[in-house]
Amino acid sequence: MLKTFPKGGVHPPENKLSEGAPIDILPLPEQVVIPINQHLGAPAEPVVEKGESIKAGQIIARSKGFVSANIHSSVSGKVLKIDKMSDSSGYKQTCIVIKVEGDEWLETIDRSGELKKDISLAGEDIIKKCAEAGIVGMGGATFPSHVKLSIPPGKKCDVLIINGVECEPYLTSDHRLMIEKPEELLTGISLLMKALGVEKAMIGIENNKKDAINKLRELVPGYKGISVHALRVKYPQGAEKQLIKALINREVPSGGLPVDVGTIVHNVGTAFAVYEAIQKNKPLVERVVTVSGKDMGKPLNLLTRIGTSINNLIEYTGGLVDSTAKVINGGPMMGKALSLIDVPVTKGTSGIILLREEESRRKKTGPCIRCSKCVSVCPMGLEPYLLMTVIEKELFERAEKERIMDCMECGSCSFICPANRPLLDYIRLGKASVGKIIRERKQK
Amino acid sequence: MSSVVLITIISLSLLGIIAALILYFVAQKFKVYEDPRIDKVEEALPGANCGGCGFAGCRNFAEAIVKSETFEGLNCPVGGAETMARVAKILGREAPEVEPRVAVVRCNGTPENRKRTSYYDGATNCTIVHNLYGGETGCPYGCLGLGECVEACDFDAMYMDNKTGLPVVIDDKCVACGACVKACPRNIIELRKKAKKDRKIYVSCVNQDKGGPARKACKVACIGCGKCEKVCDYDAITIENNLAFIDSDKCKLCRKCVSECPTGAILELNFPPRKTAEKKEPEKAEA
Repeated sequence: MLKTFPKGGVHPPENKLSEGAPIDILPLPEQVVIPINQHLGAPAEPVVEKGESIKAGQIIARSKGFVSANIHSSVSGKVLKIDKMSDSSGYKQTCIVIKVEGDEWLETIDRSGELKKDISLAGEDIIKKCAEAGIVGMGGATFPSHVKLSIPPGKKCDVLIINGVECEPYLTSDHRLMIEKPEELLTGISLLMKALGVEKAMIGIENNKKDAINKLRELVPGYKGISVHALRVKYPQGAEKQLIKALINREVPSGGLPVDVGTIVHNVGTAFAVYEAIQKNKPLVERVVTVSGKDMGKPLNLLTRIGTSINNLIEYTGGLVDSTAKVINGGPMMGKALSLIDVPVTKGTSGIILLREEESRRKKTGPCIRCSKCVSVCPMGLEPYLLMTVIEKELFERAEKERIMDCMECGSCSFICPANRPLLDYIRLGKASVGKIIRERKQK
Repeated sequence: MSSVVLITIISLSLLGIIAALILYFVAQKFKVYEDPRIDKVEEALPGANCGGCGFAGCRNFAEAIVKSETFEGLNCPVGGAETMARVAKILGREAPEVEPRVAVVRCNGTPENRKRTSYYDGATNCTIVHNLYGGETGCPYGCLGLGECVEACDFDAMYMDNKTGLPVVIDDKCVACGACVKACPRNIIELRKKAKKDRKIYVSCVNQDKGGPARKACKVACIGCGKCEKVCDYDAITIENNLAFIDSDKCKLCRKCVSECPTGAILELNFPPRKTAEKKEPEKAEA
């Protein structure tokens, strides 16, 4: 029996169309638009000025506060402007626009493909360098990695969990990374282990990626303390708490963090970025983005510079097809539909999915028939139908009591609901309102 | 047989009397004095419990107003001057003059003015859309058109205009309780001073983008050019974040700014038509 998390979960059609496509390098765009807020926490502060010439890898915005991340230029060229531009949500935020001129990198960055396995840095220095390189969680939540690696005093961590689950349909960027850069990845994991001071690391991979499992299993004997675990295919296994439960059978308490049960979870993409930052001196300026869709000519995995317009990626893979009804930033379960496609790829963009009309259109909403399917699929053991009702009636205190803040917005409830009720929409609204109430209470 | 009935009646009566005495003394002992004026004031209030005064309901407002020495910061916008005068009479005070106000929707993004850029088919709730993304049009500031304000109105003073997709305030019914102002996640609705014959001049836009992007998103957007500010003789207009704002307390309704606005973002409503029609009269958003 393969391991998995015990409570809830769904199995959406996998549609991993691009799993066979090797990572392709997207040609340099003419200009990049780099938002100063690509991570959770405080936005970074621009340190370049209009008209300045910069090299790829140069820092262009410095982190402000502990929970924040540095931002580096992904290209060489001239700063055209620093202005408010639309991001993927349609709202405007400050972005640094750079006109691309050539492809000149900072001399300190090692861009050769040579594998560097020896770890020379001490744990603390690794964390410092991660912060310097602006590394954030690449799974999509974009939480600054150096914050996660700095274990709060009094807490202990004994095992590092590496998330190679990629449970979202369509997405294959992590999958390709595991196949194509396994040694780099494992070195990155060793680096993370050293930074955390743990002896053990477990890589969790869903069983629909057998080639990645085999490849990594072949190589792990060369690395101390790392093991590979195949998991049963079930959404949302890639969620931190579910993965911890599946792999080491520990339950993160409500409102707690993984470190409360002695573990830290990092994504494979993050581990690879850590390898590049520490061993190659390369900050986080590019990432692998899956561009996929059923009617696309050739679904691809593209190594893309941060700040490239999403439009460029779609054009490169053959352009928008007529049947496209919705373009999604991220996976189809948790990703967000785009209202504009001329918006930049950011550190958290794992995929661009083109959905057909019938895949994307919401069906007519009916009344709740009390089938309790949403309750049985909720991986957090919540009652989505009830949460929606109390939020509609604005009973926020009741919603808090019903643990609404434990919801991680996986969308399993909305996915399974036979009456097509917008359960997650209302739960998100409730989370925002309850979060506000909690913050106000803390201030008092 | 009859003695059983007699004993029952006597014992039950005794029990009743004893219980009544206990209750009486307890009530005397734990009596809480309440100002009888609170009840009277509450009766004088409209009893809508709308929260427009800032209190949870009419009772709370009555308690506060009786307790307070002055009327400072206390006003029932629903009842207006008449109600406040009645309350003042009960309390033996003078009611201060409070100018009546009315809600105004500061967005004129009709389908003709504001092109649709995406299609939203999720939950019909303005706050949900606002938290999710910029909205169905290119303007991330304007009305989302899902009618949360209309739902919030307890006085049937608002409705959604199907043609324009925008909410409309019925001036005669609006009591300026401010429920719609609180309900709107985009802060589009404002309470403005009510003028004679419901005449009003206001900037019907809340877009804070620079001129170019604002105009691109909506034909009648305020571009923050500052022409209106210059032409105003009463210092009623201020420009902040690329957006003009007309202070209704200072505005004398002279209409100079209206003809000056290059995009037609400033609306004049309920005025008689101008004699020399240099400019086409802006479309009326009000019924």
